[in-house]
Amino acid sequence: MTATASVGQPINRLEGKLKVTGAAQYAGDYPVDGLLYGYVVNSTITRGKIINIETRAAMTLDGVVEVFTHENRPKLAWFDMQYADMDAPPGSVFKPLHDAEVLFNGQPIALVVARDFETARYAATLVKVLYQAEAFAACLDDNLEKARAPKIGMASVLKPPPPKPTGNFEEAYNNSPVKVSVEIKHGAEHHNPLELFATTTLYEGEGKLTIYDKTQGTINNQLFVANVFGLHYKNVRVLAPFVGGGFGSGLRPQYQLFLCVLAALQLKRSVRLTLDRQQMFPFCHRPQTIQRLKFSADENGRITALNHAAIGETSQYEDYTEIVSDWSHRLYPAPNTLFEYKLVPLDVHTPIDMRAPGGSTGMHAIECTLDELAYALNTDPLELRLKNYSDLDPSKGKPFTSKELKQCYLKAAEQFGWEKRNPIPGSMTRGNKLIGYGMATGIWDAYQFPARVEAILTAEGKLILNNAVTDIGTGTMTVMTQIAADALGVSLADVTFQYGDSKHPFSMFQGGSAATASTGVGIVMAAKALRKKILEKAKRIPGSPLKGIAGDDLVFGDGKIASRHDPSKYVSLGDVVAANNGRPIKTTNMGKPHLVKLRKYSKAAHSAAFVEVEIDKDLKTINVTRAVTAVAAGTIVNPKTARSQILGSMVWSISKALREESMLDENLGKYINPNLAEYHIPVHADIHALDVIFADEKDELINELGIKGVGEIGLVAMPAAISNAVFHATGKRLYKLPMHFNELLENETVSDNP
Amino acid sequence: MNNFTYQRAATVADATAAVYADARAQFVAGGTNIIDLWKYNLTHPARLVDLNSIPTHRGLDATDYGGVLIGAFMTNAETAYHPLIEQRYPLLSRAILAGASAQIRNMATNGGNLLQRTRCYYFYDPCAPCNKRVPGSGCAAIKGRNRMHAILGASAECIAVFPSDMCVALAALDATVHVSGPSGPRSIAFQDFHRLPGKTPEQDNTLQRGEVITSLELPAEGFSQHYSYLKVRDRNSYAFALVSVATGLTLDNGTIKEARIALGGVAHKPWRVTEAEAFLHGKPANEQAFAGAADILLRGAKGYKYNAFKITLAKRAIIRNGMMALNPDSQRPGAQPSA
Repeated sequence: MTATASVGQPINRLEGKLKVTGAAQYAGDYPVDGLLYGYVVNSTITRGKIINIETRAAMTLDGVVEVFTHENRPKLAWFDMQYADMDAPPGSVFKPLHDAEVLFNGQPIALVVARDFETARYAATLVKVLYQAEAFAACLDDNLEKARAPKIGMASVLKPPPPKPTGNFEEAYNNSPVKVSVEIKHGAEHHNPLELFATTTLYEGEGKLTIYDKTQGTINNQLFVANVFGLHYKNVRVLAPFVGGGFGSGLRPQYQLFLCVLAALQLKRSVRLTLDRQQMFPFCHRPQTIQRLKFSADENGRITALNHAAIGETSQYEDYTEIVSDWSHRLYPAPNTLFEYKLVPLDVHTPIDMRAPGGSTGMHAIECTLDELAYALNTDPLELRLKNYSDLDPSKGKPFTSKELKQCYLKAAEQFGWEKRNPIPGSMTRGNKLIGYGMATGIWDAYQFPARVEAILTAEGKLILNNAVTDIGTGTMTVMTQIAADALGVSLADVTFQYGDSKHPFSMFQGGSAATASTGVGIVMAAKALRKKILEKAKRIPGSPLKGIAGDDLVFGDGKIASRHDPSKYVSLGDVVAANNGRPIKTTNMGKPHLVKLRKYSKAAHSAAFVEVEIDKDLKTINVTRAVTAVAAGTIVNPKTARSQILGSMVWSISKALREESMLDENLGKYINPNLAEYHIPVHADIHALDVIFADEKDELINELGIKGVGEIGLVAMPAAISNAVFHATGKRLYKLPMHFNELLENETVSDNP
Repeated sequence: MNNFTYQRAATVADATAAVYADARAQFVAGGTNIIDLWKYNLTHPARLVDLNSIPTHRGLDATDYGGVLIGAFMTNAETAYHPLIEQRYPLLSRAILAGASAQIRNMATNGGNLLQRTRCYYFYDPCAPCNKRVPGSGCAAIKGRNRMHAILGASAECIAVFPSDMCVALAALDATVHVSGPSGPRSIAFQDFHRLPGKTPEQDNTLQRGEVITSLELPAEGFSQHYSYLKVRDRNSYAFALVSVATGLTLDNGTIKEARIALGGVAHKPWRVTEAEAFLHGKPANEQAFAGAADILLRGAKGYKYNAFKITLAKRAIIRNGMMALNPDSQRPGAQPSA
């Protein structure tokens, strides 16, 4: 029996039942005998020094085992290099408990370890700290004069500085008949994955650790722990089979991992450290960003000049960068371009990639500016984009490996009913609601990282593939199993994908929408190699009925290899293992991007979003009542999990445009809404009709599977579409995200004498 | 969260005696606010007196005066879905259901609803100055992020708002709060229960030490023909009001006979101005009349950096809610503005 292709099927998540029944265990869930529990003490000042840290009261509390501070921590690696993880930006890495310096608010300054969580948490309140506070700067707006070019480092390979100017922007802009100029501010956002950050470290004897960690990169964190604590990497195993969301926050080893391992090694005990929701706020956020854009066009609506300048924030110790200002020229041809990107170092922790880092920030500004340009030209916004459509990547002058953006525009516009739009702002109403239609374009890189995959036919006759990649809730395990099943030519039930474990072969951290292409290609390589090995062995069995049958005429399935034309001719996988003296058959292979071939091409996923908003005429409250997102991202391995990815990012788009806000208090230098009651993400009542379309996009060039990834692309277009719809409904543009509905209220006097 | 002594009270008298005897004792009923405050290290009771075993004050009874007596230990959900409340006091039902989440309403009690603390960000941050939490430490909200804060009745010491939805309706309905304490029972008019911050923002209400709320009494008039609760907030559910309005009207041929308007999200207590209600008496029920009432209600309103919009928003919400009250069917789920 030939297995039908799994890729392209809407397969339910293979681990779905474990998750919805609570059987799946997360980093802070694993039951361990004799476990100790940690609780972190965070700094209450934003910048300064610890003069004294008094731990006696905590230490004398019954059940407290130890309080670690910078004064009694063990000697550790001190080179920045040893702390630098794979995702570390240029600079000097933050080292918890390193010294008395406080670099940001909420910095971890002590760890209490006790026999239970409640005791540790109470003891943490008894640790008294005397600080010498210093002046600080935490607000981007107030410190723009400090903007400077980012430092270059390893991270610049993936995040290069903006391209050099082309043509003469100033002259072209000044001479163009139609021009717009916009300034847009984005506040900080925090990842807030539902699963709290936690680490459970099992002490397995001298220098040997098994670590359950909330992470997006098992090997990244394995190497970090080995380097910092001077352990052999083979003695450090990091597992993360289930991850309750990451969105980028788990790309780097976070402070709970460091502190938990430190305690376990010092106390020679197994330790668990779970952070509160508010303790997540000091280590991950999307940076505040201010953007200024100037676009111009000729009378026919052809874009003549593009200028995009972005200023982001970073910490005082690392230069975290994003690609914010380059995107417009990857979509729209313009002979004159000028792109700038600068950083302002502030007394905050280093920002970290958050879903569609840079892209969702930059494209929001670009697509809002383009909407203004459409109004300035008196052109339909979709028409303007089609007029400036390019099959080549204008920034590189190279063709895309594939680009079905036009299909996205047309399919989504039709499904949405864009033709019913009256372009005049405020002209469409429904009862006492103003209706607005808005659209925008999305683009995201199509990354692929090297990944090694081990494929095994076990002694029991089972087919297994291993890779260290995590499944951060995206459906990675399911889609990898689908890819493996097809590559081996078996049905889903015949193959197991093992993952989320640093003992498996190399995978980068799971980010950038790269995991499916990266590990997926590795699986193709390893599965093909294993299949070949098995066939060779099967044919070499004395008297093998398969002898002389070509490889293509052999099919795997039901635990055997059979002739396609005569199923009675077969060898069971058990027979193959027996012929191998009962030993498993293994192969490990590398999947890697075709860098040389791809040098001639540009590669990107694209999307188009169309949105309807309803705005109360008097109260100005905003609801996104309908939205359609069309995505062109090459092969869709699993339409169900991919649709969930896009739906999730459409919900996030509503969140980003209208809800999510890390409220920075400039006077205190901290975010003052660090909980899910006040950090608003959408509720069910905020979400109405959402539709996802996948464009038909065959990409024979990009990789063996034609995959581009769908993690980010859903969040790039829709926030701008919402902003544009708000303008269309009201005639008023809000240049700040999130948009607060009250900014649409005209000031009205309240009479003292009615 | 500190170590503490836990005890179950069998009767109201037991409970009040236990809390009166120990300055660091606190009552717990639904626990939906106190446990959070405790975990956030904002409150540190040494003794927790659990009211959940007390069998009384859990029902709803008609009074001799045509009103109802609502048990303080009933949950918010039991109250909102009680047929008598749904039929005769739908304004209260709507207001309760506009608050919190289904899970919280299933746990939270009616007495506890009156006693919930403010949601001011700075009150919730044990490191920030806050006169309500630590008297004399200052107010970080006045010059800080004050989007959710008061525009009416605030003081230089505190601009926090009282977050309840239920209480906005109770204020409009002229409820009476019955309490029991070491010196016996007493009754407090709803408008006198919560207080303005003044120089002592640490005191939210006029309860005395050891006193527990036993029931809430509603008078006969429930405005069940013309009522509306409107809640304007930053998301459509599970968010505290930026501005909310409870309106109850009795009409005679389109002319207002009696009007009640209470505002939530704008002050340290549900905001009612009887002069505004008197202004509506005898007026035709239209936008102009409600606008006039709004101007009286909002007299003296003062905005801060991030919340000045609330003045305009409140006025418009008062007008809209007045119009919605004329046709209660125009109300939408979740106390959303009419379509």
